[in-house]
Amino acid sequence: MDFFLEVSLVGLAIGGVYALVAVGYVLVYRTTHVINFAHGNMMMFGAYFYFTFAELLGLHWTISIVLTVIAAAGLGAGIERVALRPLLGRPAISIVMVTVGIASILHGAAQLIWTAGDFFLPPIFPDLPIVIDEMYIPANTGYGFLVALGAIGGFLLLFRFTRSGVAMRATASDQIAATTMGINVPAMFSLTWVYASITAALAGVVVGSITTLNPSMGLIGLSVLAVVILGGMDSVIGAVAAGLIVGWIEALTGFYIGGAFKDVVPFVVLLAILIVRPHGLFGTPEIERL
Amino acid sequence: MLIGNFKERYEADEAIFRTTRSRVWLGIAVALIVAFPFVGNSYHLYMAGLIGINIIAATGINILTGYTGLISLGHAAFMGVGAYTVAWLSNNVGLPFYICLPLGGLVAAAVGVVVGIPSLRIKGLYLAIATLAAQFILGFVFNEWEPVTGGGRGTSLAAAEIGGIVLDTEFELYWLIVVVMVLALLFARNLFRTRVGRAFIAVRDRDISAEVMGINLLRTKLTAFALSSFYAGLAGGLMAYFFKVVSPEQYTFSVSIFMLAAVVVGGMGTILGGILGAIFMTLIPEILGEITQIFGAGAVAMLSSAREVVFGLLIVGFLVFEPRGLAQIWKRIKRVYEIWPFRT
Repeated sequence: MDFFLEVSLVGLAIGGVYALVAVGYVLVYRTTHVINFAHGNMMMFGAYFYFTFAELLGLHWTISIVLTVIAAAGLGAGIERVALRPLLGRPAISIVMVTVGIASILHGAAQLIWTAGDFFLPPIFPDLPIVIDEMYIPANTGYGFLVALGAIGGFLLLFRFTRSGVAMRATASDQIAATTMGINVPAMFSLTWVYASITAALAGVVVGSITTLNPSMGLIGLSVLAVVILGGMDSVIGAVAAGLIVGWIEALTGFYIGGAFKDVVPFVVLLAILIVRPHGLFGTPEIERL
Repeated sequence: MLIGNFKERYEADEAIFRTTRSRVWLGIAVALIVAFPFVGNSYHLYMAGLIGINIIAATGINILTGYTGLISLGHAAFMGVGAYTVAWLSNNVGLPFYICLPLGGLVAAAVGVVVGIPSLRIKGLYLAIATLAAQFILGFVFNEWEPVTGGGRGTSLAAAEIGGIVLDTEFELYWLIVVVMVLALLFARNLFRTRVGRAFIAVRDRDISAEVMGINLLRTKLTAFALSSFYAGLAGGLMAYFFKVVSPEQYTFSVSIFMLAAVVVGGMGTILGGILGAIFMTLIPEILGEITQIFGAGAVAMLSSAREVVFGLLIVGFLVFEPRGLAQIWKRIKRVYEIWPFRT
């Protein structure tokens, strides 16, 4: 029973990190209606940015984080401008394929730049495990969870109270109305990609601290799709709730059934959700009108 | 210069190769395919075999994605199902290859239908995610279901054999692949002149209008999935005989992307596109290999990463600059010489 609680807690903590990754998907989908298959690899790039600044250049971790955020913002803006802007108004398959193509470029580029080996990120978090009532949570996982929740909260505040956040929400709910109100919609698309890229980079740093850093880290992004679908493609709250649920289920499967099954759990959840309730727990169902 | 294309009978108008010019091209192509194995060395034949297999698989994904508009990110898994079925049947039941291959295709088709079932409720991006999930779940099965698949090490199988001839060299396998490929291409080309094939296109263009016109969406989408995965299974089965070993690394997510990329680069929704795309994408790594050799041994180690970057750039580049792919470029070239000396 104690094990159950402990495993659950660790699972929930990892779920918080999933939620942060999922928020990146939701941001892009809400505004631009694109599922970004490159998100996992953008996350991986964020982690490598941090690695470059903190380890290779030996900067202090605060400066490194700031530089990572700036680099990630540039990456997001660049991808949007070069690859996605020309495809505005094209069918969904083209846009999906473009993000798949970008994922492939990023994965290959990471191997070329930083080689395919495993690296460890320089520690950010204190090295003491968190102990709650005799239950033991690994330090990186626990602090990662807190960072993830903090970042999600920060973004939520940003959307609620800043001018650009409001403009972005307006773009998400009605592009034509937003344009007539004087909002620069293409600029909002860029900004969305910038924000998504920043969440991805932060998530990358957290995930990189929990596990090791290597170019196939981006695969986590694909399993987080389960979280996104479960929560609903366009709901930030859904992403948080679903992240916790999926992290918890995954930890329990890993503990009770076996490690190999853990990796396939998100995809089984994904398929089940798609068949039973395609718009997820908190998403808005898609209604087709002629 | 091609001035007119005059016909007297409906049959002539409905023929696949309608003009003398295209029949001449066909003749040249057949002659090249037949003459090739007597000219090329075993490396050339190996590449030709690989191209043939990829053409079959790309045509399969083209039926689903290019013609029916259902995105599949899990095609490698269907190929894997075909390959493992062929390996298992040939090892445990001892069936000859000409029975194993169609059976492999059929099992893959059955799995494809199961994966296609969500397409009744979801479409577009959601369906792409469902097929992605199928890819990872099937990949997991390939790795873990050891009694049948041999786990991570994979399983090997005996060479195909027909009438006492063992098909174990590139030369013999070339003919097997060419025959299957030609049959598959002819079937696909003719498919889109029938009610079923035209229904696929109608569903792609606007599913609701198609339904209003009396097309059963359920049946059409599942047929597309079944046919497309049958092709994939066939290609996978041929791959099993080609490499004589079946392992999970041959059928990963990146292979799915490779196949989809071939169709995007070649041109979605044309048979020629699948062919051109498969040839192009299979040769690209080889050309890259040649180029990297110039830069010395250090560059060769980076080959696989460079390949990924180039694939990605090709996908993005074609979608941005030439969305209808190589087939469209070919069409444009053809137009230039057809109306020469006039200019377009």
